[in-house]
Amino acid sequence: MEKNIRCIVAKPGLDGHDRGAKVISRGLRDAGLEVIYTGLHQTADDIVESVVQEDPDVLLLSILSGAHTILFPEIMKKFKEEGINDVLILGGGIIPDEDIAKMKEVGISEIFGPGTKIQEIVDYIKSHLKR
Amino acid sequence: MTSTEKNRGNLEIIKKEKERWTNEIVKKSLERVPERKRVFKNLSNININSLYTPDDIKNMDYIKDLGFPGEYPYTRAAQPTSYRARFWTMRQFAGLGDAKETNQRFKYLIANGQTGLSVAFHLPTIYGYESSSPMSSGEVGKEGVAIDTLTDMEQLFDGIDLSKISTSMTINAPASILLCMYLAVGEKQGVPMEKLTGTIQNDILKEYQAQKSYIFPPEPSMRLIVDTIEFCTKNVPKWNTISISGYHIREAGSTAVQELAFTLANGLAYVEAGIERGLNVDEFAPRLSHFFNSHNNFFEEIAKYRAARRIWAKHLREDYGAKDPKSWRLRFHTQTAGVSLTAKEPYNNVIRVTLQALAAVLGGTQSLHTNSFDEALALPSEEAVRIALRTQQIIAEESGAADVIDPLGGSYYVEALTNKMEEECEKYFAKIKKMGKGSILKGSIVGVKNNFYQREIANASYQFQRELEAKEQIQVGVNKYIFEGKVIEPPELIKISDEVSKEQIKNLNDVKAQRDEALAQKCLEKIKEIAQGTENLIPYILDAVKAYCSVGEIIGVLRKIFTVYREESIF
Repeated sequence: MEKNIRCIVAKPGLDGHDRGAKVISRGLRDAGLEVIYTGLHQTADDIVESVVQEDPDVLLLSILSGAHTILFPEIMKKFKEEGINDVLILGGGIIPDEDIAKMKEVGISEIFGPGTKIQEIVDYIKSHLKR
Repeated sequence: MTSTEKNRGNLEIIKKEKERWTNEIVKKSLERVPERKRVFKNLSNININSLYTPDDIKNMDYIKDLGFPGEYPYTRAAQPTSYRARFWTMRQFAGLGDAKETNQRFKYLIANGQTGLSVAFHLPTIYGYESSSPMSSGEVGKEGVAIDTLTDMEQLFDGIDLSKISTSMTINAPASILLCMYLAVGEKQGVPMEKLTGTIQNDILKEYQAQKSYIFPPEPSMRLIVDTIEFCTKNVPKWNTISISGYHIREAGSTAVQELAFTLANGLAYVEAGIERGLNVDEFAPRLSHFFNSHNNFFEEIAKYRAARRIWAKHLREDYGAKDPKSWRLRFHTQTAGVSLTAKEPYNNVIRVTLQALAAVLGGTQSLHTNSFDEALALPSEEAVRIALRTQQIIAEESGAADVIDPLGGSYYVEALTNKMEEECEKYFAKIKKMGKGSILKGSIVGVKNNFYQREIANASYQFQRELEAKEQIQVGVNKYIFEGKVIEPPELIKISDEVSKEQIKNLNDVKAQRDEALAQKCLEKIKEIAQGTENLIPYILDAVKAYCSVGEIIGVLRKIFTVYREESIF
């Protein structure tokens, strides 16, 4: 039997654009993955705490405000400090092409922008799990 | 034979003729070439027929249901002369970086023919945090302009005469504070409150339902809104006290019908709240304005605007006893659908925006924001925003679309669809009223707390995504006609440097160091005291902003008294 894949979808920062996060949460759930949606306005500490408590295989972060330049690296730094390195971390939202390399450098495995199909994300998750 | 009998006779003939045409002519044609789809439907899941005839609007009464422009029930237009006297206000939503940078953008837009201002605030202002708060990390100046204190607001309108231009401010939970800052800037320019014109969004219900920039629970939030209405009615009579917004409901994924129904129901909830405070409906209803989205389905959008005017007029007159025609008349701003823009082949967005803008104009909007083609990628560049403004100017000056009032009135399709939108909207009103045991105000709050709206919107947006992935909904260049070659990229994309944050925090600290600290603290104490009672808060907020208290400080005090709202996160 296929292993149950557990995901956390989180919205860091202040932006309230949760349409994408909700659609993806539901799409992943309909694809048979287990999904926890944190809701809005999560600080880096909130997100790390959720990951420690829920022990997911995947963390999906969504930002549309442009705050990813600060917040994604901040979150990744906290993971490093906690020694968490077996969670697949993905990003989404309005992330300009020129920022993608920087986001990958700090440990975000992939960035999915507008127009992505849910199935693409599902396929990516299944082939890139870290455990 | 009377004319009614003649009409009825005609209808019988049309009905029979249509049957004949369907069974003989259409059937044969379909045998050769079937229709492109099994079912045609619009974005509200309303099935669309292949042809509309007088039979589809047989119950329509011209005088009762359409009337004349500027008269009840306002279906045809809000103003008697519509765009033959004056074009709609061309109002581009703008805010980036700090107040100085946004001031330059405002001046650029005015120099290029924009006729109204519209301020986009950055998220820390929207949520009532100072730029220096840890919660503001990464957000300063990113999605709008950073405004902490009156000093920023003075800079924002520097060199712009507030007696000559109207300003719309997209601000909700802290709306009263930003309004007070605007009044204070007016005073410094020598423009008295009673002469200032503009709008604050101040629509908290749709924040819980869709946009999510709420701070306090619904009850104290409603109190602040009614405080603002009460204050403006007496002191700022030309100010639009709420912009009852469907835009964000639609962007969050609702259908057109849901946008229409939830927005108007929210509007009626504010009317009930004002009446509950003891205000006369005709004192404040004329200053309520609306804000709708213009999405891709051209005729559906036009029908939505026409239906909105008729529904509002009927309910204000029949349910709330408004006697002043200005209370019945729905005026609205429109913004083209941000969510419809694609990051792929961004220049295609110019065409999408043109069609959406034309729908808004044919639907009789009072003001319009056209999105820039690069907005699926970044905040709009000057070049992109100028093209967006030019789109409106070309529609206004070159297309002839503004020369006849409600030119689609009388179209069998548009009238039938307008009726259908109204009918579907009334079904939602009935549900909301039922949740509130007869009160739309109570129903709206119950609906927020039990996630009624959030679920309706999430279901619609998920359905749309599924349809997109199944190619039942088409996005040109995204899921059909995909271009594999090299696309010309927009020449420049705006990027807000993280340096803006450092500068803004330094300025905030300077303002605080220079202000009369004792006075500032006294003002904050006073707000704390008044917030615990029932007296109108606005005069005290005005004192505080004039004493250079920051948005974050004032909201900070109110947060302690009103507490903060947490939503249950559903998907």
